[in-house]
Amino acid sequence: MIPSNFEFVRAGSVDEALSALTEHGDEAKLIAGGHSLLPLMKLRLAVPGVLIDVARLTDLSYVKVDGDEVAIGATTRHFELNTSQVAKDEVPLLAHVAGLVGDPQVRHRGTIGGTVAHADSASDVPTALLALDAKLIAQGPKGKREIAIADFYLGFFETVLEPDEMLVEVRVPKLGSSVGWGYEKFVRRENDWPIVAVAAVDGKVAMANMAGTVIRASATEQALSSGASIEDAAASAAEGTSPSSDMHADADYRQHLARLLTKRALHTAASA
Amino acid sequence: MQVSMTVNGQSRTDDVEPRLLLVHYLREVVGLRATNIGCDTTSCGACTVIVDGLTVKSCTVLAAQADGSEVTTLEGLSGKDGAMHPVPAAFHSEHGLQCGFCTPGMVMASIGLLKDNPHPTDREVREGLEGNLCRCTGYHNIVKAVLKAAEAGAAAGTVGASEVSA
Ligand SMILES: Cc1cc2nc3c(=O)[nH]c(=O)nc-3n(C[C@H](O)[C@H](O)[C@H](O)COP(=O)(O)OP(=O)(O)OC[C@H]3O[C@@H](n4cnc5c(N)ncnc54)[C@H](O)[C@@H]3O)c2cc1C
Ligand code: FES
Ligand code: FES
Repeated sequence: MIPSNFEFVRAGSVDEALSALTEHGDEAKLIAGGHSLLPLMKLRLAVPGVLIDVARLTDLSYVKVDGDEVAIGATTRHFELNTSQVAKDEVPLLAHVAGLVGDPQVRHRGTIGGTVAHADSASDVPTALLALDAKLIAQGPKGKREIAIADFYLGFFETVLEPDEMLVEVRVPKLGSSVGWGYEKFVRRENDWPIVAVAAVDGKVAMANMAGTVIRASATEQALSSGASIEDAAASAAEGTSPSSDMHADADYRQHLARLLTKRALHTAASA
Repeated sequence: MQVSMTVNGQSRTDDVEPRLLLVHYLREVVGLRATNIGCDTTSCGACTVIVDGLTVKSCTVLAAQADGSEVTTLEGLSGKDGAMHPVPAAFHSEHGLQCGFCTPGMVMASIGLLKDNPHPTDREVREGLEGNLCRCTGYHNIVKAVLKAAEAGAAAGTVGASEVSA
């Protein structure tokens, strides 16, 4: 399978990437790791006329402590986040989840900016970021703006990012190793996307693949904050969800998984 | 567009279509046919090569994305004296292949695995090779081969000319 043809532009800086986006408008797409975009292009489900390569923007590849947050550059690859000592010490949930994406070869290519912007509700890293209340830093011709991840996703493959903006950084609170966390990913094959996944940290619970976007288990969070037991709180994890049915699982089964995985993730988080 | 890269130690520049996949570049343009295309959907790992020290599935990388990189394929593993690299040598001695279709990708993925983890356990080998499928399902001997290759030490996780032979 070969994608249809396009023009390839290598961006040497964020400014170059942004001016190429402005110049080519709707025709253009950024490419980072290409591990979501190229499969779509091979199937001709995406047919961009211009690809703007941002993978070599190595100044956007970092994981560092910045005040009481950890800042992660948009082109940081999954394996770099997985093996970063800063991430392991300060946001172990995120380091762990980055290590669950696909397989080693996929983690060598895919980036945090790519997986966040791609907006697939079956993604692992965005689920962890939603539970962590991450902030996303977008840059456009008018400068930078900060978007709370809870406000970022509009629907399946849809975000609030403007066509002439790109993500440059992801910021999460520095939690250290004393805050408990749990991540439960249900798959049928080791290197797959989750059928359902649940991230729990610090009283917050986020779920993959339970709606058109990654979502918080609000009813569970409310129950927890009003003192409910883990069992009781987890029982409402599927409230308000609208999972799809597909060859892997039907909607009822996904809701069952959401309750079960939430219970397990909360227990793991509580036992830390 | 022009792409320049170093393939198995030799630098070259070629005029390619932007949409040319790295695996097709290696097979059709450079003429190195060891790297196989199995699934063409990033699932099977048959097309695994090493780009700038990292294993990647070359069916999901554009040649244009590898511009300026160092690429190593199975053909790049034997030393100048023809000595086998410890990993293919161990696949040979442990019978880590049946039809051999997955083998080039398995070998490259195993080198990446041993680079990150020179002394893996049986389980770590199985997890480290999760991105590579063997349709003959000869996994036990593949795992044995990787464990055997690890006995060669650092050379097993290194590409390029190697004087060690397992
Ligand atoms: C075999 C396989 C298994 C996988 N398994 C999993 C899994 O288990 N869990 C999981 O969560 N994911 C999985 N993935 C997806 C993987 O995480 C991708 O790496 C990721 O979704 C996309 O990252 P990328 O850098 O490759 O993005 P790309 O494919 O380069 O880009 C994806 C989208 O994001 C846009 N984009 C990229 N960078 C930016 C930026 N800085 N700013 C704005 N927009 C940007 C692009 O224009 C494109 O629309 C898998 C992929 C494969 C091929
Ligand atoms: S051919 Fe590339 S992963 Fe199967
Ligand atoms: S040996 Fe036949 S596919 Fe692995």
